[in-house]
Amino acid sequence: MNATQAAKEGGTERDPALVVAGVRLLVDPAGALYEPQARALIVADLHLEKGSSFARRGMMLPPYDTAATLARLTVVIARWRPRAVVALGDSFHDGQGPDRLAPDDADRLSALRRGREWIWIAGNHDPEIPAHVGGERLNEMRLGELILRHEPAPHGAHGEIAGHLHPVAVIGGRRRAYVTDGQRVVAPAFGAYAGGLNLHHPAIARLFSGRRVAHVLGKDSVHAVCASKCAAGA
Amino acid sequence: MSRGWSARAHQLQIVASTQAGRSALLIAPTGAGKTLAGFLPSLIDLSERCRANSPGGRLHTLYISPLKALAVDVHRNLEIPVAEMNLPVRIETRTGDTSAQKRQRQRRNPPDMLLTTPEQLALLLASPDAVHLFADLRRVVLDELHALSLSKRGDLLALGLARLRSIAPAHLATGLSATVREPDELRRFISGRGQLADLVTAPPGAPADLSILDTRESLPWAGHSARHALAEIYAAIGAAKMTLVFVNTRAQAEFVFQEIWRLNEDALPIALHHGSLDAGQRRKVEAAMSAGKLRAIVCTSTLDLGIDWGDVDLVVNVGAPKGASRLAQRIGRANHRIDESSRAILVPANRFEVLECVAAVDAARENAQDTPVARTGGLDVLAQHVLGSACAEPFAADALYDEVTSAAPYADLARETFNRTLDFVATGGYALKAYDRFAKIRRAADGLWRVANPRIAQSYRMNVGTIVESDVLKVRLIRARGAKAGTAYTGPLTRGGRVLGEIEEYFLETLSPGDTFLFGGEILSLQGIVENEALVRRANSAAPKIPSYAGGKFPLSTSLAERVRSILATPAHWKHLPEQVRDWLNEQLTRSTLPGRSNLLVETFPRGGKFFMVAYPFEGRLAHQTLGMLLTRRMERAGLKPLGFVANDYAIAVWSLADPGRADLAHLFSRDMLGDDLEEWLQDSALMKRTFRNCAIIAGLIERRSPGREKTGRQVTVSTDLIYDVLRRHQPDHILLEAAYADASSGLLDIARLSAMLDRIEGRIVHRALDRVSPMAVPVMLEIGREPIYGAARDEELKAAAEDLAREANP
Repeated sequence: MNATQAAKEGGTERDPALVVAGVRLLVDPAGALYEPQARALIVADLHLEKGSSFARRGMMLPPYDTAATLARLTVVIARWRPRAVVALGDSFHDGQGPDRLAPDDADRLSALRRGREWIWIAGNHDPEIPAHVGGERLNEMRLGELILRHEPAPHGAHGEIAGHLHPVAVIGGRRRAYVTDGQRVVAPAFGAYAGGLNLHHPAIARLFSGRRVAHVLGKDSVHAVCASKCAAGA
Repeated sequence: MSRGWSARAHQLQIVASTQAGRSALLIAPTGAGKTLAGFLPSLIDLSERCRANSPGGRLHTLYISPLKALAVDVHRNLEIPVAEMNLPVRIETRTGDTSAQKRQRQRRNPPDMLLTTPEQLALLLASPDAVHLFADLRRVVLDELHALSLSKRGDLLALGLARLRSIAPAHLATGLSATVREPDELRRFISGRGQLADLVTAPPGAPADLSILDTRESLPWAGHSARHALAEIYAAIGAAKMTLVFVNTRAQAEFVFQEIWRLNEDALPIALHHGSLDAGQRRKVEAAMSAGKLRAIVCTSTLDLGIDWGDVDLVVNVGAPKGASRLAQRIGRANHRIDESSRAILVPANRFEVLECVAAVDAARENAQDTPVARTGGLDVLAQHVLGSACAEPFAADALYDEVTSAAPYADLARETFNRTLDFVATGGYALKAYDRFAKIRRAADGLWRVANPRIAQSYRMNVGTIVESDVLKVRLIRARGAKAGTAYTGPLTRGGRVLGEIEEYFLETLSPGDTFLFGGEILSLQGIVENEALVRRANSAAPKIPSYAGGKFPLSTSLAERVRSILATPAHWKHLPEQVRDWLNEQLTRSTLPGRSNLLVETFPRGGKFFMVAYPFEGRLAHQTLGMLLTRRMERAGLKPLGFVANDYAIAVWSLADPGRADLAHLFSRDMLGDDLEEWLQDSALMKRTFRNCAIIAGLIERRSPGREKTGRQVTVSTDLIYDVLRRHQPDHILLEAAYADASSGLLDIARLSAMLDRIEGRIVHRALDRVSPMAVPVMLEIGREPIYGAARDEELKAAAEDLAREANP
């Protein structure tokens, strides 16, 4: 069953699939991909400790973003019970982010890691996550036919799942969205303070040669929409 | 002002007040020599100083204007008497355009008179040499005070004046204002500490020659375009020397300009002026106007205030005036001389607007003004001021609290609220004390608060002010380069084309690449958005979209609303109305009834398989939109299955699957809707988020510009919507949410007015169950489809697009 059939049959639209390079992935409306074969959950751009990163520079953003992001992640992990979690980079907003984690948040993160593999893909915001955070560190990784990395490669990215660009679709409001042409996927940011870039922006649009479909995250469902139906915005 | 002038009575009274050591408020119509009156005490003082040969070199008079252009203009006008009196007085302006070098010099070696804006005053006061600069200040002149006092800029100004009172206790202030309903508020604003400044009132000018266009065409039921009357407006322009055509929104300005040019067979020089056009373009129009090269300008409120740009002999106000004071201000733009009457024509765009115009003309003839909504100083502005105070010099919390509460808008500020504001400035004011080590201001062992490091002060200076622009994108014309219409522009970043102006981002969010829209009098096609620019090319289209702009629409004022209700309730007065309108009202009386002075008429009727409920509160669009949101929630719970609603300034229409006529209307409209329903709705309200964004920026939570980072087009580096969501969930009693809620109540959501209305109509609902739509319901019903339907869940749009794709995939 494809995404659109799922969307039509009200009951199953909760996790419509997205097919990339022949691999079927399930989309969680909270903004995560689940790969059933490997039982892997893939999230992009958590930007933990973004609030405190701004506070260092005098902008006292509410210090609740890490807790909010981890709370959402907890729900998603409880839903899919993955064997592995892959964070696609920019998991922390800056290199010192891990050191600023509040004790409660650090505990929560350890609890999430327990009993499963946890892979931090390196991002431009967090090229080196310190060892005390736990988990494995990779620049990129293969998952069957898929290649997972932070920044989309300019060429030859068959089967690539990447983050970095924070795509959003503007359709009845501004919403996070997965953008795919069946060859590759650009994933939306998961972090509570992570903003977005319109999927029509050249930085995103130029990555795709085929027809783009946006898997748009609604309140508690995902909708596959033709990218041309989404407004320009900024 | 004429050469060889003799002083008028009110000018002498101002001098008398000043010589008696009292501050004063001068209320005078335009053209009464108001500005000169404000400066007269200073000129006398300075000429005496000059005779006594005492040294200058100290700042004597500070003049504050809401517009930098006005400060420049006043400077020019002031040089004339100073030259004639042969006074060795140095007068300078200081605005955002003043060079850094000159600004520095002004601090070291100040002029005798400095003409500036509230933002520049805040900047001067936040510098360590403020005490030195202002120590000998003798006079403050506050121009167009009515335009400032009831806004956040007014809060900032009031706090600045409080600071000046501490630094230079001997100075006296003179406020200049157009006629206002309650001068005591301005008198307290000027004097501070709850004292009333002297009141001087100049005699009113010659009564205006006011008329309502008696159109030969059929009067539209709804809409604001005034399309029917454009030929008649064009004829009026042709018969006058120079006409200002005022409209209420930038969208209307675009439309009216476009359509008048279609009629412009004589190729009269007619220009367009509104706030989104490129500043250079606007300056060109203003210059052409003062050079007498134009016959008409189609403009928005950007030309409401102050400056004489030319010899305007006719003002045309298209659409409803919305408020008596605003209309008076606009009428005053014609014949800026006290003894000649101004000529103005009001052009109602629909039937309801005829009533509103009649009410406004009555108000103008009685010289009646709108009652301003009393204003409490914003906590976001206070936060900015607290940081500014620390940038100037270390302060004691007790002393600053005392000073702040001497400013009229903050007279009732509780100490606890002040303390929370202080805490917010220092570390964000969060229950979770995560940011102590990043504090922006700290209390040292001596008990005084200081900025933590110089970067904080630098950032304060870059972000001072209370005017928050919406996120805008530059509109840049690019060459076509073979791009096909209807395709997104994904090519290289072609730059180099001309910038046409700026457009609000949220309008662009309604466009897809290839869509056409009207801007600056041209039809443009959106090619794509690159960084902070919307790339466009010229296009042809029969139906371009017209940009909608935030905040462009003023709601109907309370006092005009009362007058309209009173006209409706008194058929004896209808003889002044055009026949078409009279017939319309008589028909309404036969088929239903008319809204009374203080009741609420509610009509219900079936139509097209749905049930409609139309109510006529006359409380303005903003309050009606809030009412609609709350009403539909309540109807949902009552099982009435509401589908949507639309609102205009006069009425609201809700439609549903079940008949609301059978429901308990008193319960539906009871004021407890302002409790939980409101709370729940505020969570997702886009208007609330926009309000929060403004507060977050003014309060300094978000920096528009940061030291060491070049200006980017997008002002804000982090989404305030996301911050709002997180803050609301984790600390709903945070001071910024409190500030945003207070703003929303009087601003975009107009909860205060809605609340007053719900009180007024309690036990006074008049219900008519009809078998079909009534004549009076037609205008609001016609809004359906034109205006966004607020009741509809926005996910619907998303689902519809998904179904489109599904159909395409499985034909």
